[in-house]
Amino acid sequence: MSWLLLHFSQIVFYALAACAVAGAVGVIAFRSPVRAALSLLGTFLAVAGLFVLMEAEFLAAVQILVYAGGVMVLFLFVIMLVKARDIPQERQYLGKLAPAAVGLGVLLAVLVGVGVWAAAHGAPADAAALRQVQGATLGNTEAVGWSLYRDYLLPFEVVSIVLLVAMIGAIVMGRREAPKEGGA
Amino acid sequence: MITTTHYLVLSLVLFSLGVIGMAVRRNFITVLMCIELILNAANINLIAFSRQLGDLTGQVFAVFVITIAAAEAAIGLGIIVALVRLKQTTNLDQVNVMEG
Repeated sequence: MSWLLLHFSQIVFYALAACAVAGAVGVIAFRSPVRAALSLLGTFLAVAGLFVLMEAEFLAAVQILVYAGGVMVLFLFVIMLVKARDIPQERQYLGKLAPAAVGLGVLLAVLVGVGVWAAAHGAPADAAALRQVQGATLGNTEAVGWSLYRDYLLPFEVVSIVLLVAMIGAIVMGRREAPKEGGA
Repeated sequence: MITTTHYLVLSLVLFSLGVIGMAVRRNFITVLMCIELILNAANINLIAFSRQLGDLTGQVFAVFVITIAAAEAAIGLGIIVALVRLKQTTNLDQVNVMEG
Protein backbone atom coordinates (compact mmCIF):
# COMPACT_ATOMS: atom_id res chain seq x y z
CA MET A 1 0.00 0.00 0.00
CA SER A 2 2.78 2.42 0.87
CA TRP A 3 4.49 1.39 -2.37
CA LEU A 4 1.33 2.38 -4.23
CA LEU A 5 1.25 5.79 -2.57
CA LEU A 6 4.96 6.32 -3.12
CA HIS A 7 4.74 5.60 -6.84
CA PHE A 8 1.30 7.06 -7.47
CA SER A 9 2.40 9.70 -10.00
CA GLN A 10 4.43 7.13 -11.93
CA ILE A 11 1.48 4.72 -12.09
CA VAL A 12 -0.83 7.50 -13.29
CA PHE A 13 1.73 8.68 -15.86
CA TYR A 14 2.29 5.23 -17.34
CA ALA A 15 -1.44 4.46 -17.42
CA LEU A 16 -2.25 7.74 -19.18
CA ALA A 17 0.71 7.41 -21.54
CA ALA A 18 -0.40 3.88 -22.46
CA CYS A 19 -3.94 5.17 -23.14
CA ALA A 20 -2.58 8.03 -25.29
CA VAL A 21 -0.32 5.75 -27.35
CA ALA A 22 -3.03 3.10 -27.72
CA GLY A 23 -5.45 5.77 -28.95
CA ALA A 24 -2.88 7.08 -31.41
CA VAL A 25 -2.24 3.56 -32.73
CA GLY A 26 -6.00 3.15 -33.08
CA VAL A 27 -6.23 6.33 -35.17
CA ILE A 28 -3.90 4.94 -37.81
CA ALA A 29 -4.94 1.27 -37.46
CA PHE A 30 -8.74 1.52 -37.73
CA ARG A 31 -10.09 1.74 -41.26
CA SER A 32 -13.45 3.07 -40.19
CA PRO A 33 -13.16 6.84 -39.64
CA VAL A 34 -15.71 6.72 -36.80
CA ARG A 35 -13.60 4.24 -34.85
CA ALA A 36 -10.47 6.27 -35.59
CA ALA A 37 -12.20 9.42 -34.31
CA LEU A 38 -13.32 7.74 -31.07
CA SER A 39 -9.81 6.37 -30.65
CA LEU A 40 -8.48 9.92 -31.09
CA LEU A 41 -10.91 11.03 -28.38
CA GLY A 42 -9.23 8.56 -26.00
CA THR A 43 -5.85 10.14 -26.84
CA PHE A 44 -7.21 13.64 -26.20
CA LEU A 45 -8.61 12.66 -22.78
CA ALA A 46 -5.38 10.90 -21.78
CA VAL A 47 -3.35 13.95 -22.83
CA ALA A 48 -5.66 16.14 -20.74
CA GLY A 49 -4.90 13.87 -17.78
CA LEU A 50 -1.18 14.29 -18.47
CA PHE A 51 -1.63 18.06 -18.44
CA VAL A 52 -3.14 17.76 -14.95
CA LEU A 53 -0.16 15.65 -13.94
CA MET A 54 2.11 18.44 -15.22
CA GLU A 55 0.15 20.93 -13.09
CA ALA A 56 -1.30 22.73 -16.11
CA GLU A 57 -4.93 22.49 -14.99
CA PHE A 58 -6.17 25.33 -17.17
CA LEU A 59 -4.83 23.68 -20.31
CA ALA A 60 -6.35 20.36 -19.28
CA ALA A 61 -9.75 22.05 -19.11
CA VAL A 62 -9.16 23.79 -22.46
CA GLN A 63 -8.02 20.50 -23.98
CA ILE A 64 -11.25 18.78 -22.96
CA LEU A 65 -13.48 21.71 -23.95
CA VAL A 66 -11.89 22.46 -27.33
CA TYR A 67 -10.65 19.05 -28.46
CA ALA A 68 -13.01 16.53 -26.88
CA GLY A 69 -15.94 18.94 -27.00
CA GLY A 70 -15.47 20.97 -30.17
CA VAL A 71 -13.04 19.41 -32.62
CA MET A 72 -14.23 15.85 -32.01
CA VAL A 73 -17.90 16.76 -32.54
CA LEU A 74 -16.86 18.53 -35.75
CA PHE A 75 -15.00 15.43 -36.95
CA LEU A 76 -17.88 13.07 -36.15
CA PHE A 77 -20.35 15.47 -37.74
CA VAL A 78 -18.40 15.56 -41.00
CA ILE A 79 -17.88 11.77 -40.94
CA MET A 80 -21.64 11.32 -40.63
CA LEU A 81 -22.17 13.89 -43.40
CA VAL A 82 -19.83 12.04 -45.78
CA LYS A 83 -21.58 8.81 -46.69
CA ALA A 84 -19.97 5.60 -45.45
CA ARG A 85 -19.68 4.17 -48.96
CA ASP A 86 -17.28 6.99 -49.82
CA ILE A 87 -14.60 5.54 -47.53
CA PRO A 88 -11.67 4.96 -49.88
CA GLN A 89 -9.96 1.65 -50.27
CA GLU A 90 -6.65 2.21 -48.54
CA ARG A 91 -3.57 1.71 -50.60
CA GLN A 92 -0.54 1.08 -48.47
CA TYR A 93 2.48 3.11 -49.47
CA LEU A 94 4.98 1.49 -47.16
CA GLY A 95 6.65 -0.34 -50.05
CA LYS A 96 7.76 2.89 -51.67
CA LEU A 97 8.57 4.49 -48.33
CA ALA A 98 10.49 1.53 -46.89
CA PRO A 99 14.01 3.09 -46.93
CA ALA A 100 12.76 6.30 -45.34
CA ALA A 101 10.77 4.26 -42.80
CA VAL A 102 13.85 2.25 -41.83
CA GLY A 103 15.95 5.41 -41.48
CA LEU A 104 13.35 7.20 -39.39
CA GLY A 105 12.81 4.07 -37.31
CA VAL A 106 16.53 3.91 -36.47
CA LEU A 107 16.49 7.63 -35.62
CA LEU A 108 13.44 7.10 -33.39
CA ALA A 109 15.09 4.16 -31.63
CA VAL A 110 18.24 6.23 -30.99
CA LEU A 111 16.21 9.18 -29.67
CA VAL A 112 14.12 6.96 -27.40
CA GLY A 113 17.30 5.30 -26.14
CA VAL A 114 18.88 8.68 -25.36
CA GLY A 115 15.63 9.75 -23.72
CA VAL A 116 15.45 6.69 -21.50
CA TRP A 117 19.10 7.14 -20.53
CA ALA A 118 18.54 10.82 -19.74
CA ALA A 119 15.35 10.04 -17.82
CA ALA A 120 17.36 7.81 -15.51
CA HIS A 121 19.82 10.66 -14.87
CA GLY A 122 17.51 13.69 -15.13
CA ALA A 123 16.77 16.16 -12.37
CA PRO A 124 13.22 16.41 -11.11
CA ALA A 125 11.36 19.48 -12.36
CA ASP A 126 10.22 22.22 -10.01
CA ALA A 127 6.79 23.59 -10.88
CA ALA A 128 6.41 25.95 -7.91
CA ALA A 129 7.79 28.91 -9.89
CA LEU A 130 4.89 28.58 -12.34
CA ARG A 131 2.44 30.00 -9.82
CA GLN A 132 4.42 33.07 -8.82
CA VAL A 133 3.10 36.31 -10.32
CA GLN A 134 4.51 39.55 -8.92
CA GLY A 135 5.53 37.79 -5.74
CA ALA A 136 2.09 36.32 -5.02
CA THR A 137 1.19 32.64 -5.34
CA LEU A 138 -1.77 32.15 -7.68
CA GLY A 139 -3.71 29.29 -9.21
CA ASN A 140 -2.67 27.99 -12.62
CA THR A 141 -5.59 29.58 -14.47
CA GLU A 142 -4.93 33.00 -12.94
CA ALA A 143 -1.20 32.78 -13.68
CA VAL A 144 -1.83 31.80 -17.32
CA GLY A 145 -4.33 34.64 -17.61
CA TRP A 146 -1.79 37.15 -16.28
CA SER A 147 0.79 35.95 -18.77
CA LEU A 148 -1.67 35.77 -21.67
CA TYR A 149 -3.23 39.21 -21.26
CA ARG A 150 -0.17 41.13 -20.06
CA ASP A 151 2.88 39.71 -21.84
CA TYR A 152 1.24 38.15 -24.90
CA LEU A 153 -1.64 40.48 -25.66
CA LEU A 154 -0.62 41.17 -29.27
CA PRO A 155 -0.18 37.45 -30.21
CA PHE A 156 -3.53 36.82 -28.53
CA GLU A 157 -5.22 39.40 -30.76
CA VAL A 158 -3.48 38.02 -33.87
CA VAL A 159 -4.70 34.51 -33.01
CA SER A 160 -8.24 35.84 -32.66
CA ILE A 161 -7.95 37.27 -36.19
CA VAL A 162 -6.71 33.87 -37.39
CA LEU A 163 -9.80 32.27 -35.85
CA LEU A 164 -12.04 34.83 -37.56
CA VAL A 165 -10.38 34.16 -40.93
CA ALA A 166 -10.73 30.39 -40.40
CA MET A 167 -14.42 30.80 -39.57
CA ILE A 168 -15.07 32.87 -42.71
CA GLY A 169 -13.04 30.41 -44.79
CA ALA A 170 -14.98 27.42 -43.48
CA ILE A 171 -18.29 29.15 -44.23
CA VAL A 172 -17.16 30.07 -47.76
CA MET A 173 -15.98 26.53 -48.51
CA GLY A 174 -19.03 24.91 -46.97
CA ARG A 175 -21.40 26.92 -49.15
CA ARG A 176 -23.22 25.00 -51.84
CA GLU A 177 -22.29 27.24 -54.78
CA ALA A 178 -21.21 30.77 -55.59
CA PRO A 179 -24.09 33.26 -55.28
CA LYS A 180 -25.59 34.70 -58.42
CA GLU A 181 -25.07 38.32 -59.35
CA GLY A 182 -27.41 40.58 -57.43
CA GLY A 183 -27.69 38.44 -54.31
CA ALA A 184 -28.83 34.89 -53.53
CA MET B 1 10.00 10.13 -10.37
CA ILE B 2 8.55 11.29 -13.68
CA THR B 3 10.99 13.67 -15.35
CA THR B 4 10.59 15.97 -18.32
CA THR B 5 12.30 13.36 -20.49
CA HIS B 6 9.47 10.91 -19.89
CA TYR B 7 7.07 13.44 -21.36
CA LEU B 8 9.42 14.15 -24.26
CA VAL B 9 9.63 10.44 -25.12
CA LEU B 10 5.82 10.15 -25.02
CA SER B 11 5.55 13.24 -27.20
CA LEU B 12 8.06 11.74 -29.65
CA VAL B 13 6.03 8.52 -29.89
CA LEU B 14 2.76 10.40 -30.50
CA PHE B 15 4.45 12.62 -33.12
CA SER B 16 5.91 9.59 -34.92
CA LEU B 17 2.54 7.84 -34.95
CA GLY B 18 1.01 10.98 -36.45
CA VAL B 19 3.65 11.14 -39.19
CA ILE B 20 3.25 7.42 -39.95
CA GLY B 21 -0.50 7.87 -40.20
CA MET B 22 -0.09 10.77 -42.63
CA ALA B 23 2.23 8.65 -44.77
CA VAL B 24 0.20 5.43 -44.94
CA ARG B 25 -3.40 6.63 -44.79
CA ARG B 26 -5.14 7.88 -47.91
CA ASN B 27 -8.34 9.03 -46.24
CA PHE B 28 -8.42 12.82 -45.89
CA ILE B 29 -10.30 12.63 -42.56
CA THR B 30 -7.74 10.26 -41.04
CA VAL B 31 -4.89 12.50 -42.25
CA LEU B 32 -6.53 15.46 -40.46
CA MET B 33 -6.75 13.36 -37.28
CA CYS B 34 -3.04 12.60 -37.60
CA ILE B 35 -2.31 16.35 -37.78
CA GLU B 36 -4.26 16.74 -34.52
CA LEU B 37 -2.08 14.00 -33.00
CA ILE B 38 1.07 15.88 -34.05
CA LEU B 39 -0.19 19.14 -32.55
CA ASN B 40 -1.04 17.32 -29.31
CA ALA B 41 2.51 15.96 -29.19
CA ALA B 42 3.79 19.53 -29.63
CA ASN B 43 1.58 20.66 -26.74
CA ILE B 44 2.96 17.96 -24.44
CA ASN B 45 6.46 19.17 -25.33
CA LEU B 46 5.60 22.81 -24.65
CA ILE B 47 4.06 22.10 -21.27
CA ALA B 48 6.83 19.71 -20.22
CA PHE B 49 9.44 22.38 -20.95
CA SER B 50 7.28 25.00 -19.25
CA ARG B 51 7.35 22.89 -16.10
CA GLN B 52 11.05 22.14 -16.42
CA LEU B 53 12.06 25.77 -16.85
CA GLY B 54 9.51 27.25 -14.43
CA ASP B 55 8.25 29.58 -17.17
CA LEU B 56 4.59 30.01 -18.08
CA THR B 57 5.34 30.97 -21.70
CA GLY B 58 5.09 27.34 -22.77
CA GLN B 59 1.55 27.07 -21.45
CA VAL B 60 0.54 30.31 -23.19
CA PHE B 61 1.95 28.98 -26.45
CA ALA B 62 0.05 25.72 -25.92
CA VAL B 63 -3.14 27.82 -25.76
CA PHE B 64 -2.18 29.32 -29.13
CA VAL B 65 -1.44 25.88 -30.58
CA ILE B 66 -4.86 24.61 -29.47
CA THR B 67 -6.46 27.65 -31.14
CA ILE B 68 -4.60 27.04 -34.39
CA ALA B 69 -5.53 23.34 -34.24
CA ALA B 70 -9.20 24.23 -33.91
CA ALA B 71 -8.96 26.63 -36.86
CA GLU B 72 -7.12 23.99 -38.89
CA ALA B 73 -9.78 21.39 -38.13
CA ALA B 74 -12.56 23.76 -39.17
CA ILE B 75 -10.81 24.65 -42.46
CA GLY B 76 -9.81 21.04 -43.17
CA LEU B 77 -13.31 19.71 -42.61
CA GLY B 78 -14.68 22.54 -44.77
CA ILE B 79 -12.31 21.39 -47.52
CA ILE B 80 -13.56 17.79 -47.04
CA VAL B 81 -17.18 18.87 -47.41
CA ALA B 82 -16.34 20.84 -50.58
CA LEU B 83 -14.27 17.92 -51.90
CA VAL B 84 -17.04 15.39 -51.36
CA ARG B 85 -19.47 17.71 -53.12
CA LEU B 86 -17.08 18.06 -56.06
CA LYS B 87 -15.64 14.53 -56.43
CA GLN B 88 -17.76 12.28 -54.17
CA THR B 89 -14.62 10.97 -52.47
CA THR B 90 -12.28 11.63 -49.54
CA ASN B 91 -9.50 9.56 -51.11
CA LEU B 92 -6.36 11.67 -51.48
CA ASP B 93 -5.16 9.52 -54.39
CA GLN B 94 -8.08 10.71 -56.48
CA VAL B 95 -7.40 14.36 -55.77
CA ASN B 96 -4.36 14.78 -57.99
CA VAL B 97 -5.32 17.58 -60.36
CA MET B 98 -2.40 19.74 -59.17
CA GLU B 99 0.01 16.82 -59.25
CA GLY B 100 0.47 17.20 -63.02
